[in-house]
Amino acid sequence: MIDFVVHDDGDSVGVVVVEGVKKGDELTGWIMDQDRDIKFTAASDIPIGHKLAIKPLKEGDTVIKYGTDIGRVVADIGTGEHAHVHNVKTKRW
Amino acid sequence: MSLDLSNATFWGYRRENGRVGVRNHVIILPVDDISNAAVEAVANNVKGTMALPHPYGRLQFGADLDLHFRTLIGTGCNPNVAAVVVIGIEEGWTQKVVDGIAATGKPVTGFGIELHGDHNTIMRASKVAKEYVHFATEKLREEVPLSELWVSTKCGESDTTSGCGANPTVGNAFDKLYAEGNTLLFGETSEITGGEHLVAARCRNDEVRGQFMAMFERYQTMIDRHKTSDLSESQPTKGNIAGGLTTIEEKALGNIQKIGKKCLVDGVLDKAEAPTGPGLWFMDSSSAAAEMVTLCAAAGYAVHFFPTGQGNIIGNPILPVIKLCANPRTVRTMGEHVDVDVSGLLRKEMTPDEAGDAALEMLIRTANGRSTAAEALGHQEFVLTRLYESA
Repeated sequence: MIDFVVHDDGDSVGVVVVEGVKKGDELTGWIMDQDRDIKFTAASDIPIGHKLAIKPLKEGDTVIKYGTDIGRVVADIGTGEHAHVHNVKTKRW
Repeated sequence: MSLDLSNATFWGYRRENGRVGVRNHVIILPVDDISNAAVEAVANNVKGTMALPHPYGRLQFGADLDLHFRTLIGTGCNPNVAAVVVIGIEEGWTQKVVDGIAATGKPVTGFGIELHGDHNTIMRASKVAKEYVHFATEKLREEVPLSELWVSTKCGESDTTSGCGANPTVGNAFDKLYAEGNTLLFGETSEITGGEHLVAARCRNDEVRGQFMAMFERYQTMIDRHKTSDLSESQPTKGNIAGGLTTIEEKALGNIQKIGKKCLVDGVLDKAEAPTGPGLWFMDSSSAAAEMVTLCAAAGYAVHFFPTGQGNIIGNPILPVIKLCANPRTVRTMGEHVDVDVSGLLRKEMTPDEAGDAALEMLIRTANGRSTAAEALGHQEFVLTRLYESA
């Protein structure tokens, strides 16, 4: 059972692909490019399609997804926590 | 077993200019907003025709007017269209659209309303439209190589499942079609932001790369000139954000999964401009779904792949729009809009190759005549792109 997917093993976030993930749930992730499974504990309730941090991120850090920069951290994000517009912003526009 | 495309065929309508369409529409096309009532009356009078009302065409000028004509003419020229009746308020601009479509060799007649009024125009146009229906309905499909199918793509109401499921599925299908010499298209200039270096790296040569980057930079400049915020809720949209996409960079990296891993960008096109040969083309275009798909149709594309995450429901009057979705919640709650369910990809129940083949099988079935979900549900969004205010 896959609960979240990660594009590349250098990424800092994964995407929840099942509904109803609650804080404390044990999650299995699939790193797609390397075809490897990882396990994490959800540190927030996370809706389907939303991201969780798979490494701790500090304010000012760059968020990596697809092995590429997708924005900057504006509030610290712990491992397994929900990463979204409340703590990540674009570097463009 | 993987799908073998080398001998694949579909059943299409060979047009007078050699292009092959997958639909056989007789369209009633207004040049301008005030001719909508007449075109809708004609389409009501003559069964088997379709009106394409739109809100523009008066007092436009310069590049904006050129785009208006190019979009209307391109729509009429599209091989999914068998014949066209054009109606405008006056005869000059009407004839310009007629002449552009007539270059394909297909039947087309124009009517100006001034000096005649709606009643007389509707009567005369209806008589011609009826003859065109007889003409079109006697056309037979013929078997042609799959490589003659022009396929465009644009995604919408994307979420994170688009980037890891539905968009790579289209990318897998595009890589396979590219190898067979199909004519392909992607665009959405604003939604390349954050991944422009990746698209630039895929351009065939420095000339194409330079043209692509010039289009990209022009769009960035336009956004910088008009923006009042970081565009959050516009780009990404509220729907994108609800679906988990956080920044334009993240959205763009998911977006460009649609061009696969192998195909090169062979050339760039202005809006509604037709490609001049096979390969993958980039069209400088808005990322708004109905605008972009209308431009794809005007460029001559015959079938469209539309991956969605949160569930964009768009269709087009003449271009069949195939919806692909990898979000299991969307498939469950909006299943009537989804043609290809690839949610199994995210559960490891389906490989990317199998998902790509499922998309290609649906492409061929659609080309052969299967109505897409959007066609069956009556989605006919015909939305012209405007560049600036009217004079």
